[in-house]
Amino acid sequence: MAAPKPRGDLRAEITAARIAALDLPQGGFTAAARKEALARLQAMGLPTRRDEYWKYTDPTALTAPEAAPAAVLADDEPPVFGALDALKIVFVDGLFDAAASDDLSLAGIEISRLAEAGDIHWAKGLYGTLEAKGQVPVARPLAALNSAAASDGVLIRVTGRAPRPVELIYRHESEASDVILHHFVKIDPQAELTLLESGPGAARFNAVMEVDLGAGARFHHIRVQGRDHHRRAVTHLFARIAAGALFKSFTLTMNGALTRNEAVLDIAGDNAVAHVAGAVVGDAKTAPFHQDDTVFVTHDAVGCESRQVFKKVLKNGATGVFQGKILVRPGAQKTDGYQISQSLLLDGDSQFLAKPELEIYADDVKCSHGSTSGAIDETALFYLRSRGVPLAEAQSLLVLSFLADAIAEIEEAAIADAITQRLEGWLARRR
Amino acid sequence: MNPRSMNAQHEQGRRKAPEMNGNRPMALETDMQAPSLDVREGVDRETVETVANMGSYKYGWDTDIEMDYAPKGLSEDIIRLISAKNEEPDWMTDWRLQAYRRWLQMAEPRWAMLRYPQIDYQDQFYYAKPKSMTQRPKSLEDVDPKLLATYEKLGIPLKEQMLLAGVEGAEAVSPGRRVAVDAVFDSVSVGTTFKAELAKAGVIFCSISEAIREHPDLVRKYLGSVVPQSDNFFATLNSAVFSDGSFVYIPPNTRCPMELSTYFRINAENTGQFERTLIIADKGSYVSYLEGCTAPKRDIAQLHAAVVEIVLLDDAEVKYSTVQNWFPGDEEGRGGIYNFVTKRADCRGARSRVMWTQVETGSAITWKYPSCLLRGDDSQGEFYSIAIANNMQQADTGTKMVHLGKRTRSRIVSKGISAGRAQNTYRGLVSMHPRATDSRNYTQCDSLLIGDRCGAHTVPYIEVKNNSSRVEHEATTSKVDDDQLFYCRSRGMDEEEAVALVVNGFCREVLQALPMEFAMEAQALVAISLEGSVG
Repeated sequence: MAAPKPRGDLRAEITAARIAALDLPQGGFTAAARKEALARLQAMGLPTRRDEYWKYTDPTALTAPEAAPAAVLADDEPPVFGALDALKIVFVDGLFDAAASDDLSLAGIEISRLAEAGDIHWAKGLYGTLEAKGQVPVARPLAALNSAAASDGVLIRVTGRAPRPVELIYRHESEASDVILHHFVKIDPQAELTLLESGPGAARFNAVMEVDLGAGARFHHIRVQGRDHHRRAVTHLFARIAAGALFKSFTLTMNGALTRNEAVLDIAGDNAVAHVAGAVVGDAKTAPFHQDDTVFVTHDAVGCESRQVFKKVLKNGATGVFQGKILVRPGAQKTDGYQISQSLLLDGDSQFLAKPELEIYADDVKCSHGSTSGAIDETALFYLRSRGVPLAEAQSLLVLSFLADAIAEIEEAAIADAITQRLEGWLARRR
Repeated sequence: MNPRSMNAQHEQGRRKAPEMNGNRPMALETDMQAPSLDVREGVDRETVETVANMGSYKYGWDTDIEMDYAPKGLSEDIIRLISAKNEEPDWMTDWRLQAYRRWLQMAEPRWAMLRYPQIDYQDQFYYAKPKSMTQRPKSLEDVDPKLLATYEKLGIPLKEQMLLAGVEGAEAVSPGRRVAVDAVFDSVSVGTTFKAELAKAGVIFCSISEAIREHPDLVRKYLGSVVPQSDNFFATLNSAVFSDGSFVYIPPNTRCPMELSTYFRINAENTGQFERTLIIADKGSYVSYLEGCTAPKRDIAQLHAAVVEIVLLDDAEVKYSTVQNWFPGDEEGRGGIYNFVTKRADCRGARSRVMWTQVETGSAITWKYPSCLLRGDDSQGEFYSIAIANNMQQADTGTKMVHLGKRTRSRIVSKGISAGRAQNTYRGLVSMHPRATDSRNYTQCDSLLIGDRCGAHTVPYIEVKNNSSRVEHEATTSKVDDDQLFYCRSRGMDEEEAVALVVNGFCREVLQALPMEFAMEAQALVAISLEGSVG
C-alpha cells in the first residue's frame, strides 16, 4: 500500500515563517481569544496552492512573511459615499486617523476600537467566535491569522435603529504597508445598521468582519474595494443570522492584483434571509488582475432564503474566480437557496473559473444555481449600433446591464447610484 | 458500513461462496433460471416479480464454478503471473510493471464525497478464472455449461443460437436486432459472439487479452494513449493488474453492423475485477456499445476498478451506454461493490462525436467520471446520466468535458436521485482552453430527493479561458412534487407506482438517449432501484 507523500512540510514551513514575522498584540479582553486563534492557525497551517479551496487562486502572496510593495494610486474621484451622511471612521494604512474620523460618540450607537478596548468589553466572549465556527467544514487559516494578529478594528453594537450609516474608510498611503484589521458588529434583536466600507486598505490587507445578528435584526453592508492596481487583499465576512433577521452584503471590486473575498454565512434561525452579491470589473492591462469570491452559506433552520449574485467583467487577461456553496443541513426544510455566477469576457485572454456547489441534506427544499460565461452579445450590440449608439458607449451600456442584477441587491437607491457612477467612471476611463 | 468490508479469510484457489449466500435465499432464483427467459421479455417479468420481492437484488445469486486463483495480494510476481496467464508479450509485462511501480508511489484519492473503510489492497485476489477456461475453449460448446447458465440468468443472449431462435419466432427477440456480446466473468472473457460476421465488415471485437496476442500493433499504439498508465490511483492499479476486457476496432468508413455489448460479472468472492476496454473508431466509422454489470450478493464489499479508453479519429462516432447494476449492498450497507472507474473518450479527429449514457443504479460506492477530450476541431461530446442511490449507497459521479479544439460542443444532462440514507454527488468539469474558440457547453444537473435522510450534492468545476465560447450551467435540487404525486394517486396508482412514474418523467431526457431496448430495461431498473424508498 502506497504511503501518502509527506505534504505537511511546506505548509508547516510557511506557517512558521509567517507567524515569526507577526507582531502579536498582548493583553486586553481579546488575549484568550487571540491565543486560541493562534493555536487554530498552527493546527491548520496556512493554505498552499495544492489545497482544493485554493485551486484557482494562488495564496502565496497572502501567506508570505513579508508583503510585496504596491504603488499608491492617485485617486482623482470624489469619495464614493461622499454624498451620504455617514459617520466616518478612517484608517490610514491600518492606523486609526482620529483627525480624519468623526467623533465616535456621535453615532447614536456603541462604537469602540479594538486597539483601545480595555479588559472589560461587551465583545469579550464574542471576538473570534464566528471566525472559529467558520473554520468547519472548510479551513480558513488566513482568518485565524487575522483573529490572532489584528492590530485594530472597530467594535460596533447596535441596540436600536442606527440613525445614520457607519463608513469605514481604508486609505492606502505607504507602498509597503501590511495591515490586519478585525471588526465585530453585534446587532441586537430588531435593531438595524447600514455599514459602508471603502478604500484599498494597504499594499497587503487582511480584514475580518464578524457580524452577529439577533432575531429580526437588519444589516446592510456595502463595500467598495480600492482601485489601486497592485494591492493584494484577503477579506472574510462571518455572519450568524438569527430568526427573522435580514443580512445583505454587496461588494464592488475594481482593480487589484489579488483579491479574495470570503463570505461565510450561518443561517441559524427560522425565516431568516441572507443575500450576498458582488460586482467585479477587472482590467489586467496595468497590473495583473485576479479576483476571487468564495462564499459558503449554511442553512441550519427552517424556511430561510439565501441568494448569491456574482457578476464579473474581465478584460486584458484578467482572471475571475467564483467558489460558492450552499449547504443545507438535515432538518433545514423549506429552504430557498439561489446562486448565480456570471462572467462577461471582453477579450480572449481573460478567464473565468467557477465552482458553484450544492450540498443538500433536506428534501423539502428549492435550491438552484446557474453559471454562465461568454462574450458581449453581438446581437444586442448590433441593435444598439443600428440605433445610432457609438460602439464604445454601446459596450458600456451592455456591461452595465450585465452588472445590473448584482447592483439591484443594494436596497438604498442613493447607494446603488453611487456604485453605478463608479462603474461608469471605470468604463469611461477605458474607452 | 461494514468496517471489515474488504477483508476475508478463505484459502486461495478454492470456491466457498454458496454458504455465504445460503442464509439469504433468493425467491427469484428459480424463476430466473427458466431456460426460456431472455433479456427483452425479462423486462416485464422482472417488474412484476420484483414488486412481489421488494427491494431484492435480482442478480444476487452466485454460480458455483471451479475457479483458478492467483495467490492473494499484489506484487510484481503476481503481475508477471497475470501477464503469463494471458500469454502476453514482454512489452505488455513491462508496461504493467511500470504501472505497478508508479502505483506504489501514489495515494488513494479521498476528495470525493464518499465514506468507506480503508481498502486493504493486499487482501484481494487479482486474478480469478473459471477452471474450465484454463484450456481456452475452441468454441462456445467447450465453455462450462454452468457459466453459460449464469449468462442465461443474466439475460444475455450469449449463444448465437439463442438470438437466432428469436428470429425463428421461438422467443421475443425483436427480428433484425442483433447484438454481439463479449462476456467477462470475474477476470476473464469467456466468449464473444458474432465474431465471424463482424470480421466480414472488418470489425474486430474480442477480448483484450486476445487482442494483445492477435493485434499487438493496434493495442500497443492505443493502449494507455487516452488514460495514461499513471493517470490516477485506480487507473494505475488497473494498468498493472487488468486481466481482461473488451477490444473493439472499427475500420475506416464502417458502420458497425450491429450493436456491441459487454457484460461484466463479478462472481468469485474477494476478487477485485479489473477490466480494461479499448475502443478504436477509425475515420468515419460508427459503433454503438453497450455495457452491463452485475455481481452476487455478499456481506463483504468487493473492489472493481475498470478503465475504458475510446479513441475517435476524424468523423468517427461512438455511443457508449452503460447500465451499471453491481450489487449495491443491503439495506444496512453491508457488502456491495466499490466501483472506481476511469472512462475517457479522446476525440482526436475533427468532427468526431462521442456520447456517454449511463444508468447507475448499483454499487455501494460509485466513483466514476466518463470524460471527453475534445481535441479535434468541431468534435462533440455528450454525457447523459441517471444516478440512483438508495439505502446506504453513495455515488460520486459526473463527467469532464475538456474543450481543446475549435468549435467543439458538449452537452451534459445529469439526473441524480437520492433515497433512503444515500448520498449522491454530481461532480463535473467543463474546461474551455484558450485555443478552443467558438465552443459551446450546456450543462444541466438536477437532483431529486426522496425522504429527509438522504443527500444530493453538486460539485461542478467551470473553467473558461477564451471569450468566444459560451458556457452555461444550471443545477436544481428539489423533492418529488406533491401535486404530481397527488394526481397520480387520485388516478388509482399506489404511492410506489406514482413515485416511479414521476421519477421516470424526471429522467426522461436521459432515458431517451439510450438505445431502445436498453431504455426499457433502464426504466424498469429505475423503478426497482427505488423500491422501499417511499413511506
